[in-house]
Amino acid sequence: MREPSPATPHHATWRAVWNSLKRVLREPLGAFGFFLVVLVIFSAAGADWLAPYEANKIDIRAKLQPPSGAHWLGTDQLGRDIFSRVLVGGQIALKVSLVSIGAALLIGLSLGLVAGFGPRWLDNLLMLFFDSVRSFPTVMFALAVVTLFGPSLTTVMIVVIVTQIPIYGRMVRSQTLALRNAEFILAERAIGAGFIRIVTMHLLPNVVGPLLILASMDIPFVITIEAGLSFLGMGVRPPTPSWGTILNDGYSYIYNTAWPVIAGGLPIIITTLGFTFLGESLRDVFDPKLRREM
Amino acid sequence: MNPSNVLEIKGLSVEFSTERGRLPALRNVDLAVPAGAIVGVVGESGCGKSTMIHSIVRLLSPNGRVVSGSIHFEGSDLLGMTEPEMRSIRGDRISMVSQDPMISLNPVLSIGTQMVDIQYREKLDKSRKRARAVTMLQRVGIPDAAERLDDYPHQFSGGMRQRIAIAMALQAEPSLLIADEPTTALDATLEVQIIHRLQELQQSMGCSILFISHHLGVIAELCDLVVVMYGGEVVENGTVRDIFHRPMHPYTQKLIECDPARMVEITRVQPTIPGEVPDLARLPAGCIFSGRCHLAFGKCHDQPPALAGQDGGHRARCHLTDPGPGT
Amino acid sequence: MKPLLELENVRVRFRTRSATRAWLAGIRDPFVDAVHGVSLQIAEGQTYGLVGESGSGKTTLARSVIGLVRPNEGSIRFEGRELTGMSASDANRFRRHVGTMFQDPVGSLSPRMTIRTLLAEPFKIHGLGNADLDHEVRRLLDLVGLNPNFSNRYPHQLSGGQARRVGVARAIALNPRLIVADEPTAGLDVSVQGEILNLLGKLQEELGVSILVITHNLNVVRHITDRMGIMYLGRLVEQGPTREIFRQPRHPYTLALLSANPEPDPDARINRVELHGEVPSLINRPSGCEFHPRCPFARKPCADEFPVTRTGGDHHSFCCHYPR
Repeated sequence: MREPSPATPHHATWRAVWNSLKRVLREPLGAFGFFLVVLVIFSAAGADWLAPYEANKIDIRAKLQPPSGAHWLGTDQLGRDIFSRVLVGGQIALKVSLVSIGAALLIGLSLGLVAGFGPRWLDNLLMLFFDSVRSFPTVMFALAVVTLFGPSLTTVMIVVIVTQIPIYGRMVRSQTLALRNAEFILAERAIGAGFIRIVTMHLLPNVVGPLLILASMDIPFVITIEAGLSFLGMGVRPPTPSWGTILNDGYSYIYNTAWPVIAGGLPIIITTLGFTFLGESLRDVFDPKLRREM
Repeated sequence: MNPSNVLEIKGLSVEFSTERGRLPALRNVDLAVPAGAIVGVVGESGCGKSTMIHSIVRLLSPNGRVVSGSIHFEGSDLLGMTEPEMRSIRGDRISMVSQDPMISLNPVLSIGTQMVDIQYREKLDKSRKRARAVTMLQRVGIPDAAERLDDYPHQFSGGMRQRIAIAMALQAEPSLLIADEPTTALDATLEVQIIHRLQELQQSMGCSILFISHHLGVIAELCDLVVVMYGGEVVENGTVRDIFHRPMHPYTQKLIECDPARMVEITRVQPTIPGEVPDLARLPAGCIFSGRCHLAFGKCHDQPPALAGQDGGHRARCHLTDPGPGT
Repeated sequence: MKPLLELENVRVRFRTRSATRAWLAGIRDPFVDAVHGVSLQIAEGQTYGLVGESGSGKTTLARSVIGLVRPNEGSIRFEGRELTGMSASDANRFRRHVGTMFQDPVGSLSPRMTIRTLLAEPFKIHGLGNADLDHEVRRLLDLVGLNPNFSNRYPHQLSGGQARRVGVARAIALNPRLIVADEPTAGLDVSVQGEILNLLGKLQEELGVSILVITHNLNVVRHITDRMGIMYLGRLVEQGPTREIFRQPRHPYTLALLSANPEPDPDARINRVELHGEVPSLINRPSGCEFHPRCPFARKPCADEFPVTRTGGDHHSFCCHYPR
């Protein structure tokens, strides 16, 4: 009999990732979601090469054209190629969502771990903070930030980060509280492991998985916030193409043609569906209670 | 089917389809529960006890499938029944008590509400049903049952909850009670109380009990007949005295030997059964126990033995007790 | 024999309500005694069994020995050194002399760590990281009878018995003087229980370590311990040499526990001592002898007076007005 070759933990991790991806791809919805997400990321990343026109190039003679061979999604009121603007807008949407969710994730994770495993008074203090942020309506908060700093991409990101921190923080806290008295944590304390070691080596790996899945499902939400704020004129400033500003521009000319609105809305729908399907099937794969044995 | 049997399982095989392929969790299982008898099923983890119960009440997980065999209950074939027919049997003719009473009790309803609720098949008014519930709770040994009818499950201790679960299971006066490790989560002194109570109730109500446990002492004390399972097969069955006084299968012998309650002399070194339970994905070609058996010889490794012995009596699946047709 | 571990009048109290809630509800003493007035000694190389049913305080007592719970009163001395009131860092350093095993074989191993990482961890925590860890891991696996290629597995890939062996390996990693084993056989099949008990016995012989076993399983206590104590509602109601207690239990509760131990023999007719009712709540401790509401032999004085602890030779003590 041959002994199984000793796999290093590093290999084991990659194999686990590959296995879960395979399971996601086996589900029709998961595969569809994965395809959409890859499509969105690929087109945003390659926007500079893929875009047939300069996104801000004005051609007033060709304004408000319906889709054609030359302009796949038609043109807007200034004759700009909407397809190119959608691609470049995708770049902005992904940048905003990835950066702000990443930052919110890191901060929420650290605060949640401290709240869940640290002393009681700190937990109470952090919960008070989380609750007060959450009780503040997002739009009101966004308006306040815009008034203070003016409309810009950074403003959008600050709004998203601050409003998402309590969501992640609370989730990590409740998971940490559940694990706090788990036997393996007591066992670690019993051999003399300190606070930092328990939190980083034993709690973190057990709470991070579900958190990443939640975050992936939040990406479309953040994209709609960005689009919404831009649509209201509180986000990205006009010449820069964003899905929100494309919608806004189209909305003003909706009596002339419906194409810009459709073209601005379509990517939002595709991205939302893609990340939601992918996130849901990832959750099914990682949550053993929901996993179907087949 | 023998008419004196309430439940009769013949040649039951169950498979689970998993990522590792098809796992034959039960293979050719025979089991009979005579009317008014308590039948104990003993076996260690992974022996197929739970799969067998789930097959009887037809609640196998979606990836499980009965490959062959029959399950007859009071003369009718459970495997051939429609889902509505099956539902009318579950909880009425066959009821269950599980290891954790919190599974069978609804935490947000008072026990009185739940006890009345399970009598929905009876055409009685509510006060009559409540009175019946009180009687049943008294019979399982709940003190002040009438006053505590409006209490919620969490207001009772673990032992009391298990009694309530038993009361709920027996309220419909089933002809078969399936008790799946009902005392495992309880302390020893409570375990004894509940087992005695179960014995009394069985005698006065005349139902049959299929009692699943890994605790040999409890089985010896409570049961009339015993079935020993190992790795998805029945390896031995017989009366409680057959099994504990004249065990034929080496696994049964070893199992009884390993029970520390058995050993009168204090021993620092405990007997064990070396090796591990066989992997269902890679079953041995011969006897299922051959890998751990200290008596295994040539034939054990390549020929699976048959369950042999007295018909309907003490039988074992072992080449040593059954020389086979060849000799 | 010199005692390795000495407990004297240990009392552990748990808060039942927060200070504000208790004040609002007018409760002046919002505490229960999970462990009350427990004194015991474990000699070097000895095995002590602590027996009791759920809620008897045995696990709390064990946790106070390993420093996870702070006693409110009394003293715990290890090799003559007082452990109560030790600073957190001193307590952490002390922990290398005590190995611990928790109830759930798989659940007490950190789920995302390989067995190698889990076994190397005690060395890293106690600053012995420059030891040859691969060698140590192999040595430990060998000691507990596991193949070296287990080191790359994860806890969920092990059977209960294998996980328990890893738990034992972790407990003995730093050559402790004492092992505290909370229900070492819980959740294991009968045929595997023996293996774990034999392993503990073998290690005790080889390493000369003392063992404190906490269990509800009297059979385990009978075969592997030298001395035993029986707990009820946080108090030790009887303690003494195991042989002696099994031969002649003096406290009625011990008698009931021993007789509630069904033998695997349908013809064994045990003279059962059946108890009335269930364990009372710690919040409402009965008056007098706390066992009297359930005791089949209770007489008048039992309800009023708390019994004194008596000694019946060979350090066999029991707390009962009318011992058997």
